[in-house]
Amino acid sequence: MKTHVTTTINGGSVEFLCQPRQSLLEVLRDELSLTGCKEGCNNGNCGACTVMLDGLPVNSCLVLAVEAEGAVIETVEGIAEQGHLHPLQQCFLEGAALQCGICTPGFLVAAKALLEKNPQPSEQEIRFGLAGNLCRCTGYDKIVRAVQAAAQTPEAQSPGLSKRPGLLSRTTQTEAKSL
Amino acid sequence: MIEFEYAAPTQLDDAIKQLTAAGDGARVLAGGTDIIVQLREGLRSADLVIDVKKIPELTQLEFCGEQGLHLGASVSCRRIYDDENIAAAYPGLADAVRIIGGWQIQSRASVGGNLCNSSPAADAIPPLITYSAQAHIAGPTGRHVVPVEEFCTGPGRNVLQQGELLVALTLPPQPSGSGSAYQRFIPRNEMDIAVAGAAVWVQLDKRGERIERARIALSAVAPTPVFAAEASEWLSGQPASEEVFAKAGELAKRVATPIDDMRGTAEYRTHLVGVLTKRTLATACERART
Repeated sequence: MKTHVTTTINGGSVEFLCQPRQSLLEVLRDELSLTGCKEGCNNGNCGACTVMLDGLPVNSCLVLAVEAEGAVIETVEGIAEQGHLHPLQQCFLEGAALQCGICTPGFLVAAKALLEKNPQPSEQEIRFGLAGNLCRCTGYDKIVRAVQAAAQTPEAQSPGLSKRPGLLSRTTQTEAKSL
Repeated sequence: MIEFEYAAPTQLDDAIKQLTAAGDGARVLAGGTDIIVQLREGLRSADLVIDVKKIPELTQLEFCGEQGLHLGASVSCRRIYDDENIAAAYPGLADAVRIIGGWQIQSRASVGGNLCNSSPAADAIPPLITYSAQAHIAGPTGRHVVPVEEFCTGPGRNVLQQGELLVALTLPPQPSGSGSAYQRFIPRNEMDIAVAGAAVWVQLDKRGERIERARIALSAVAPTPVFAAEASEWLSGQPASEEVFAKAGELAKRVATPIDDMRGTAEYRTHLVGVLTKRTLATACERART
């Protein structure tokens, strides 16, 4: 039997039907076409499926979609706004902090959560803050440097890390999604 | 994943009724970081998954210097270390919940769930044992309390009977001059399962020089997390010195009955018990003085 679930996703009210056995990851990708969220290990190790659930980063593969009733969810698709990349996305691009890209959405969501909690993290705090995200291509140095660079942007220095028009300001939200 | 029904009761009595009615087909969901993986991988089955995060008693986190800590069974690791007062009063517990998985896991995983999953390598259980924490259990025949050190009965097994639910853990208040610590050994810096772990709680005398009472508990070196009674008792009245910490480490090794597996050999794990006990004793004593 399917259950009706009402949530807020990336600022908009979203309703869906799901089976109790379906993970939030499955529903986001397969029912709601929010495919920015990736399935890596599907057992909570890799962090590729990281989303914000009521303000905290979680592995969406370890959340049942039925648990999301009434929850506020943010996915990587919600990070760029009005066609402008978030400073983290911009710095990941400029610093080539990605190779195959599968881990990137999870890193972006987790890094955004980290900077909101700790706007000027040390390198060690970044490494520990992102310990729940695995990258099997580039290694972590470029990712850590991209997060450090994002923390130095004017937007990050002011309250509420906001978006800025960057080099790729023409990038539409749809294109940003394909990150 | 297999098919199952889902319920999210808002009252403890309803949860017990549902648990009892579903018999051995019922599984409890708190943070889900163990049970969802186990259901997906076929390690456990379920006809009904009962989400207990909407039951007020299980989500309650209350700390008061005189009463101690009331830790609802579904409270996440993150809520514990985010509360500065709790992290300062129970640093051994804070050590453990900060290293269970990464941030994503800590946002969901609960200490109650860590106890009920009853892994021999559970990080949160040894600190609970050192604080003499009590597990409050509700079931169809009423409520009862079990000391955490008697809760686990084997790998993945515990005292919970059909229809019973862990409601909360209570930890006694921490007198001045007490300190605690938990350390595990893993081959990397984060995100791994303990090869061995040691938790220590100490009460020092007023001058901070002599150990009045101590409790040591170990993980990943026996079928369940274990209390090292002999080493703990021997420490009473001993000076807080490196020699004493090392001797306590040697005594703690006597309760270690580890296995060889991919994480380490039995010999290596036993050696680690000595090292980790010594180090956590030093940390706990230092914390007791501040």
